[in-house]
Amino acid sequence: MSAISTSLPAGVQGLLSLATTATPAAGIDLRAGFSALLQGQGLSAGLAHALWLPLPMLLVLTAAVVGVLVTVWLERKISAAMQQRIGPEYAGALGILQPMADGLKLLVKEDIIPARADSLLFTLGPVLVLVPVILSWLIVPFGQNLLISNVGVGIFLWIALSSIQPIGLLMSGYASNNKYSLLGGLRAAAQSISYEIPLALAVLAVVMMSNSLSTVDIVQQQSGAGMLSWNIFRQPVGFLIFWICVIAECERAPFDLPEAEEELVAGYQTEYTGMKFALFYLGSYINLVLSGLLVAVLYLGGWTSPVPVEWLAGLLGQSIDAPAVQLVTASIGIVMTVLKAYLLVFFAVLLRWTTPRVRIDQLLDFGWKFLLPVALANLLVTAALKLSFPAVFGG
Amino acid sequence: MTIAVSTQLICFLALSATLLIGALGVVLLPNIVYAAFLLGGVFLSMAGLYLLLNASFVAAAQVLIYVGAVNVLILFAIMLVNKREPLRDMPGLLLRRLLSAAVCAGLLALLLRVALTMPWPTPGPASIGEGAVVRIAEHFFSDYLLPFELASVLLLMAMIGAIVLARRDVMNVDVVTGEPADQGLLEKARTPLLLSKDNPRP
Repeated sequence: MSAISTSLPAGVQGLLSLATTATPAAGIDLRAGFSALLQGQGLSAGLAHALWLPLPMLLVLTAAVVGVLVTVWLERKISAAMQQRIGPEYAGALGILQPMADGLKLLVKEDIIPARADSLLFTLGPVLVLVPVILSWLIVPFGQNLLISNVGVGIFLWIALSSIQPIGLLMSGYASNNKYSLLGGLRAAAQSISYEIPLALAVLAVVMMSNSLSTVDIVQQQSGAGMLSWNIFRQPVGFLIFWICVIAECERAPFDLPEAEEELVAGYQTEYTGMKFALFYLGSYINLVLSGLLVAVLYLGGWTSPVPVEWLAGLLGQSIDAPAVQLVTASIGIVMTVLKAYLLVFFAVLLRWTTPRVRIDQLLDFGWKFLLPVALANLLVTAALKLSFPAVFGG
Repeated sequence: MTIAVSTQLICFLALSATLLIGALGVVLLPNIVYAAFLLGGVFLSMAGLYLLLNASFVAAAQVLIYVGAVNVLILFAIMLVNKREPLRDMPGLLLRRLLSAAVCAGLLALLLRVALTMPWPTPGPASIGEGAVVRIAEHFFSDYLLPFELASVLLLMAMIGAIVLARRDVMNVDVVTGEPADQGLLEKARTPLLLSKDNPRP
């Protein structure tokens, strides 16, 4: 009983440190608290650690799926408001359960595999589209130590993982044994590859300023003077390039050519139904939320608030290392990250319902002949500014 | 045996098995599309092995370049030209197979002999983990500068060559045939990607 009573406060405060690395400054560590709780029940340290390991992953997976449900609801409500409709309103208050109903409908639909399709590749395709997107949540920080793994290659891991997705698209397009699916898969993969290059160059400029690939370091480099030190003011061009590229990578309007529902057969998804279709759907929305989070991390200061929490704590005469203050800081961090991400998701929804779709030649021209040179020039200017003003642009 | 060591051993065994089976599948499967997808799996398990060796940057670069670029390019090429024709039987196929099997077995024997007779230093040099990025960059810009720059020149040449071959209208004479190039050459009749009337699906 004493073990529980001593470890419970630690467990509550330990929300601050989900990461497997120990908190450097303060003595707040959820992992240690959890471990102590289990060891108090007579379990070995190794077993307690093994039981701890899946918890952050499950938490982030749940957060990703809940984020998708919220985004679907937001999309339906915002588009309805823009078109002077009401939108979903019967399922739950304000139709908030509508995405759940959509998901359940897809879950119980008959799973059809076309007779002459390649059933193995047909099943594997959606999985290959979804898994890299979920894996990328590994590097999204919600606070100083509030991420699954602070891997050194951080943002590079995300770029590498998102390059697996085109294989899943090609696989599902090929396996459907349908010429529209095959062409749709090729188009989707071509779009995804084209926009990956300016995207990586925009990220490279940010990485050059923060001297690190790790997402935590990138946020910390923007945390000096509150809102003014955010990267968006030092990298406005990079921000725009990155934003356009992630919208194109998510295949959303104005770049939703692979599945342009009013114009073509639905691209690589043509033959899909039920849960396999839902995987594509889920993947695209998880990718959208992830993109919002990454834009927030790279350009909008991640978990830092517009007014630095340290200043506020100093103003109130509190030590930043006090447990209560740390709890508040962590909550503000999570709220800020999610708020920034959903602000960007809101803009993405607005974009989708206002802009007309580009043609495929315009899409490729824009990517290769405009964004790529601009991203290269941005990189060059960033390097020059970094050499000239190392104090502002990260020495 | 701690949890970490046993997890590492299980991961190593699983990755090696995937790698070997995948590589055999790439060589032996008659369906070229399966072979190409399996090649992606082989590259991915290779990246996993790099991760086990604590070389996360090399692993991410492996995924980005080999899976994201090379393998996707191979798949593109296959899907743009593949007409789903079954391979025709070649004369003397058995003899060819036997010959190539003999060559491969000889190479395997050679490599095995090298691997077994070589005095591998165990344990090898300690891995530098997260410092690898800096170390790689230092090597690229000091002692490996010339190969690094030459590789980029080679890639540039390949890219310009591909553009010249693809856009014959920028040249007066067709590179391949030697005929004078005009717009008619660009707009020549094409066979559809998958099906045509005189070549229906079998």
